[in-house]
This record gives sequence, structure tokens and C-alpha cells, in this order.
Amino acid sequence: MDATILLILVQDGVVNGAIYALLALSLVLVFAVTRVIFIPQGEFVAYGALTYAALDTGQLPGSVWLLCGLGLAACVCGLWQQRRTLTAGATTRLVLQTVVLPAAITALAAFVAPRKPGVLIEALLALAIVTPMAPYLYRVAFQALAEASVLVLLIAAVGVHLAMVGLGLVFFGPEGSRATGFSDAVLSFGALTVQGQALWIVGLTVVLMGALYGFFEFTLFGKALRATAVNRLGARLVGIATAQSGVIAFTLAGAIGALSGVLIAPLTTVYYDTGFLVGLKGFTAAIIGGLASYPAAALAAILVGIVESFSSFWASAFKEVIVFTVIIPVLLWRSLRSTAVEEDE
Amino acid sequence: MKILEIDAVSVAYGGIPAVTGISLSVEAGSIVTVIGPNGAGKSTLLNAIMGVLPAGGVIRFQGQPIGGTNIEARVQAGMSLVPERRELFATMSVEDNLRLGGFRFRADGHAAAARELERIFSLFPRLKERRRQEAGTLSGGERQMLAMGRALMARPRLLMLDEPSLGLAPLIVRDIFHTITELRGTGVAILLVEQNARAALQVADRGYVLETGRVTLEGDSATLAADHRIVEMYLGQVRG
Repeated sequence: MDATILLILVQDGVVNGAIYALLALSLVLVFAVTRVIFIPQGEFVAYGALTYAALDTGQLPGSVWLLCGLGLAACVCGLWQQRRTLTAGATTRLVLQTVVLPAAITALAAFVAPRKPGVLIEALLALAIVTPMAPYLYRVAFQALAEASVLVLLIAAVGVHLAMVGLGLVFFGPEGSRATGFSDAVLSFGALTVQGQALWIVGLTVVLMGALYGFFEFTLFGKALRATAVNRLGARLVGIATAQSGVIAFTLAGAIGALSGVLIAPLTTVYYDTGFLVGLKGFTAAIIGGLASYPAAALAAILVGIVESFSSFWASAFKEVIVFTVIIPVLLWRSLRSTAVEEDE
Repeated sequence: MKILEIDAVSVAYGGIPAVTGISLSVEAGSIVTVIGPNGAGKSTLLNAIMGVLPAGGVIRFQGQPIGGTNIEARVQAGMSLVPERRELFATMSVEDNLRLGGFRFRADGHAAAARELERIFSLFPRLKERRRQEAGTLSGGERQMLAMGRALMARPRLLMLDEPSLGLAPLIVRDIFHTITELRGTGVAILLVEQNARAALQVADRGYVLETGRVTLEGDSATLAADHRIVEMYLGQVRG
């Protein structure tokens, strides 16, 4: 192996690692706030990529119908859960969020898609279509279980994941898609060639991490999410509703997943079930970070990306095996280091 | 006007009753204390009133029944609970803890929040000195002050304090009770649960004695403090 190949592999690893880092961050976020291990994270990646790819070819993506359906389901669940305490204002807000919003997004997509408005608008539209699905899922599947154990929430998350993979097949079909990149520029730094898309991925990841840091550190809502993660009862006692925090955390996770999908769509062919493996690598990184530390998860994600790119060079048949094996020494080390059994709460 | 009225409230843990058929009321702006031995169900009662625990019976706040509502709705209506375990945000700064206490007034803007913060700091100057420190690093007394400050940031009509003197040094307990009497003038009603019966009856207008989940005695504090059963069981020898 010479230096050129080494550089290419490291570059590849960092670019993939950046995506895994985003996913790991959102997994840590969702777990800290709601105690849900967000297995369907990967489906948001696939949905984001496929929605963006469909818009890129000038078609109305099938996911808009799923968006409308999930919105309606969330509306029904919301009305049922709050049936005793419902006020006119709350009902209006709920209907606006779960029925009017998806209808408006669908109408906009139907109007814009055939006109091929260019990658930036298409990417934003894909985000607008996929992101709201996450809070709708929270209302439908997780809100009523908010006080359940981590295990029950995990089972619900697996259920949602399986349902979303199936729905992905229905709405996107079995064919894979690939989309136009944000930039086809190719830059050369000596021996190293960097694609414009790779720079977009790393750049957006850094910007997004900065934005998340700012959100958690400087805004009252960000602090409210942290407070929920630190002490759930304390947060409720100051009036921070568990459901509200859950909706915000899921929205962020949905947006991050969809954005990751939009970013990888030009690099690789994405199928309806591709997301799971991508999400699982983000999950590996999040586990290495103990599902608690954001910086540790982000660093671990870069490591996962680099291990992946090197193992696909040396032993591509065992690529996934090697990546997921990384988790074993970490789990061993963690279990040896802590003697106490971790409790649910 | 009665700010809080509860009638025949019962709470059970898995079929085993913890408090049974409790009725009490709190006048607006007054201080009411519930005293009684460890395990009598005092904390259970406060948690039921706040909505942390499901309860049977009727709970009225400002005349409205609030039975089926959740904790958040009760905070929104003007109730605050300082729980026995304080439940602070340990890894966040003192100031952030307080600002989150005012979460229900988040729409009022920055200036209003800063004013409230100054009000709490004038009540608890120690918190101002430690405003940048993480809540988890505070001493026991400072934690109690922070928990009270955080609850007061929500500008409650009814403040419920669960064993504020628990585990604190006598001097700090005096400070805390001094603060409670200072709050009397601000219009907030206080429901105080205490094992320290002497201190509680000194600041309260009315008192209830809770034993094994039932109210066994009630009356204004002066009468209770002079009752020979109270004197024997909770106050010990009273001199002077």
C-alpha cells in the first residue's frame, strides 16, 4: 500500500464517518431525551435519499403519501390521547401540524417537482417531506409509552423499523436510486483528489454539529431537552412536558437522518432497505460513546468510517463483520470497568 | 378564598394504601403544614396533589377540579413542588436550573426572565455567588435553596415544600425557615411537609398531623403546638 491509497482510504473513511457521526449524535440525543433506542434512524436515511433521488428525476416521490398518512394517524392518536383535556386552540394546533402541514408540503412538492428546480431546492424539499414523519411516529408509537421501560421502548422501535422498511418498499419500489451531487467539482491537493460532494458532507456535518452545540448550550428549548435527559421528573416539575421534548428530539433526529440520506444519495446507490446498515454503523459509534457522550460518539463514528474503508480495501467480503466486531472490545471494556448493573432509570 | 381543597384523597401503591381519605385545605397566601412521623404518607400526599402519583378523591385548585391532569398542566395552573430529593439538573449551572424553572413563562422574553432571576437572587444571595457552578457540586443547603428558587421562578400561587429541612445543619434550617416566612408577604400560599414539627408549627398558620396515612389532628398552629399529644410525640419537652 502506498501513500496515495492510504490517503484515499482515510478520506473515504472520514466522509463516511461524518455521516455516521451525524447519525450517532441523533441516536444519543433521542436516547437521552426519550430513552428510545431509535432503530428506525436508518430508514430516515433511506427515505431522505430516495425522496431526493425521485425529486432529482422530476417525479413526485411516493413518500409524500406516506407523510400524509402518518400525519393523519398522528392526528387521530393525538386527539384520542388528549380527549379529556382538549381545548379549541390545542385542536387547531394539532390539525395544523398533522393534517394541514403535510397537505401543504405535498401540494408544494407536486407543483415544484416536475419543474426540476435544482439540487438545493430539491434537497430542502426532501428534508421537508421526510423530517415531519419523525414527530408523527413519536406521537403514534412512542408518546403513549413514555413511562415504559427501555426494553418496551426498544421493542416498539424495532416494530417501527420493520414497518418503515416495508412501507419503503411499497412507496419507493425495489429499485435502487442514485442522485446528482451538490457539486461535481474535483479538487487536487498533490496526490490527494477530493470530490466536491465529500467536502459538502464534511462541511455540512461540521456546521450541523456547531448548530446543535449552539442549540443545546444557548437556547431555552435546547436546555429544556438537556434537562429532560438529566432529570425527567425535575423537568416535568418545571413544566417541561415529556411529550413536547420527545417531539423536538424526534424532529431533530428525523431531520438529521433525512439530511444524511440526501448527502449519501449521490455517492452510492440507495435501496429501500439500505438505511438499516448505515444506521447500525451510527449506532455502533453511539454505543462506543456509551449512548451518553456526544463528542465520544462523533469521534467513534470517524473511527468506524476509517475501519470500514480500510477493511473494504483489504478484506471487502468481511467489511461489515470487521466494522461490527469493533464494538465487542468496547463492550467488554465497558462491562469490566463498571461493576454495577445499569438500571433503567 | 381557598387555593387548594382536597377531599377524601387516597393513594395506594400496588393495592396497599399509603394515604386514605385525606381532606385538607389551604387559604390563599397562608402557610399550612403537614407534620407526622417518617412513613406517615406526607410525601405521598404532596406527590398526589402535584400529579406525580395517581390519586382517588377530589383535588381542587383555585376552585377547579384538577384530578385527571398531568404534572405539566398543574405547573401551568400555578402549582410548584419542591420534592424531597430536590430533582435538580445536576450537570447544569445554577443559573440554567433557575431559568428552566421559569420555563412556563418562556414567551415573556429575556427581560422578564432576568427580572425574575434577580428576585430569586435577592431571596437567596448564595445562589448569585454560585450562578455559574454546576448544581451537582452545591452543598445540601445550597441545593435546597436552588430547588426552592427554581420552583419560585414558575411564580406559583401554591408552593409545596417536601421536608425542606431534611439533612441540613441547624443554622441552614433556620435560614430556610426564615425564607419561608419572607415568602408569606409575597402572596404565595405554602403547603409545608415536615418532620421538624417545632419549626413547621412556628411558621405555619394551620397544621395537620398525619399518622399512618390518616389525618389524626388538625387546627391552627398555636393550638396544635400547645396540644399535649403533639407536645409529647413531636416536640418533646417544651421549655420557656
